[in-house]
Amino acid sequence: MKATAWIAINVFRESVRDKVLYNLVFFAILLIGASYLIGQLTAGQDVKIIKDLGLAATSIFGLFIAVFIGIGLVSKEVERRSVYSLLAKPIHRYQLLIGKYCGLVLTLTVNVAVMAAALYAVLAYMSWGVSAEAARIWDAPALDPALLKATFLLLVELTVITAIALFFSTFSTPMLSAALTVGMYLVGHFTNDLRNFADLLDSRAVAGFMRVLSWALPNLAQFDVRADVVHGQPVAFGYMGLASAYAAIYVAMLLMISVLIFSRRDFK
Amino acid sequence: MRDRPVTVAVGVAIVAALMASASAELQAVRDRVYPPRAIDEDSLYIRSGPVLQRLTVAYNALAADVYWIRAIQYYGDGKRALASQAGVPGAPPMSAAPTSEAFALLYPLLDLTTTLDPRFNIAYRFGAVFLAEPYPGGPGRPDLAVALLEKGLRARPDKWEYMEDIGFVHYWYDHDYREAADWFRKASELPGAPWWLRSLAATTLIQGGDRQSSRVMWEAIRQSAEVDWLRQDAERRLLQLQALDQIDALQRAVDDYARRAGTPAPDWLALIRARVLPGTPVDPANTPYLLTGGRVTLAQSSRLWPLPKEPTRLVDRPPS
Repeated sequence: MKATAWIAINVFRESVRDKVLYNLVFFAILLIGASYLIGQLTAGQDVKIIKDLGLAATSIFGLFIAVFIGIGLVSKEVERRSVYSLLAKPIHRYQLLIGKYCGLVLTLTVNVAVMAAALYAVLAYMSWGVSAEAARIWDAPALDPALLKATFLLLVELTVITAIALFFSTFSTPMLSAALTVGMYLVGHFTNDLRNFADLLDSRAVAGFMRVLSWALPNLAQFDVRADVVHGQPVAFGYMGLASAYAAIYVAMLLMISVLIFSRRDFK
Repeated sequence: MRDRPVTVAVGVAIVAALMASASAELQAVRDRVYPPRAIDEDSLYIRSGPVLQRLTVAYNALAADVYWIRAIQYYGDGKRALASQAGVPGAPPMSAAPTSEAFALLYPLLDLTTTLDPRFNIAYRFGAVFLAEPYPGGPGRPDLAVALLEKGLRARPDKWEYMEDIGFVHYWYDHDYREAADWFRKASELPGAPWWLRSLAATTLIQGGDRQSSRVMWEAIRQSAEVDWLRQDAERRLLQLQALDQIDALQRAVDDYARRAGTPAPDWLALIRARVLPGTPVDPANTPYLLTGGRVTLAQSSRLWPLPKEPTRLVDRPPS
């Protein structure tokens, strides 16, 4: 447990050393710049658009970090041959893998938390001095606490994507892992369509295969409640709980398979 | 020795700054010598909302925002271009015939916006006003305005505002007061609808089309407007109605003068000298009215120009 925690902390330190958190600066510049420009272009929809932009940027930056660092977690150690010295230490392979995963999730959590704080700061600035009458046009208050629900589910989605990236990186090259993870991300947003598509097929065998595929692939669309939150629609805690439980089981499954592959891998 | 790297860095920074300004200057020179061709054709590469929904994956709402900004710019640019063609600031040519190109992309842009984000409230409400505005202020398509609002109602059947807006489009642009009254009534029956919608429905049905009922409607819109733009538009409409009243009163005075003098007044000065008027009459936007050939009209330079087409009263029309 202690070894896993140390590995996780080191992954976080390494990402800080690698200047991964620089993306926060871009995020802040993007939001501040957009808040300045958008007010003049959107006919009173600036708060909605800043919320959309902030949440989308958090998702995109998070996705990039999860994919491009996730795929390097294992392959980098193998390429640099540092995996030999690591495995020579009294740690199990599963500890190494889970530690790496937890470290990246920690990096993502810090990243997403800072971005959420920056988004609230920009929204506070934009809503400063806005009359109650003018604010009536907003579907939800500018500093809506429900934004945290969308941010939380976004982080949950990123934990799944990190697990996917780590899974692919245990047996594939970094380039291929990145392509496969991005592919899974795209497919993960269309699993419901895949299910509907299966209903339209004449062949029962193909339809059955599609249905199995639609349940087996990660359903990432369920973590996207951004539009609901921005429009002031309620997102039930029960829904969030079920989606998070799904993510926890899916991540555990992927980590188990990754550990299995990694523990059987021959580094000679 | 330690100063050397600093000197080199400063030198590089200065040279880089000089090169950047030189490249900018070169572009400006090239634009002056070989002016870039104006892009006279607007294009929308993807017109299918569902396809765009798939392409934008989890970023539908952000894509909707982009299309909304594009729709606003497209509408604003179109209006500005038509105004500049007329050569009179803010006064587009009312005589110009609508063309198929004018505002042709407005509905597709709004349709894409609302398909990507079906709860984009303002896109329905503003979009409907943009679409219904008569040429050259807009494409003059109240049918598309109603279609957009009905799409909004399918997404949010509880929005009485959309029903009110449909009634408003029928009232103001179609002059179909029965239909307008029907929509106002339907809107008034939804939870949260304001009390005045019921009386607006009754007034529209009984007096539809007269200035007083128009005034009631615009006053209601002005008071309930959530957005400055809608409030300012309602205030402008109220001033236009006031201008119509003033033109009627002035026309009566001009006609009386012509009857008494046996000749139409050549200009306002004749009426001022005859003590019919204390001075040159101005419209509610402070622009002097015109008197040409014995007819009182609003100046094209007025912010209130063009005045709305006077609607015919419901009772004057044969029942449909």
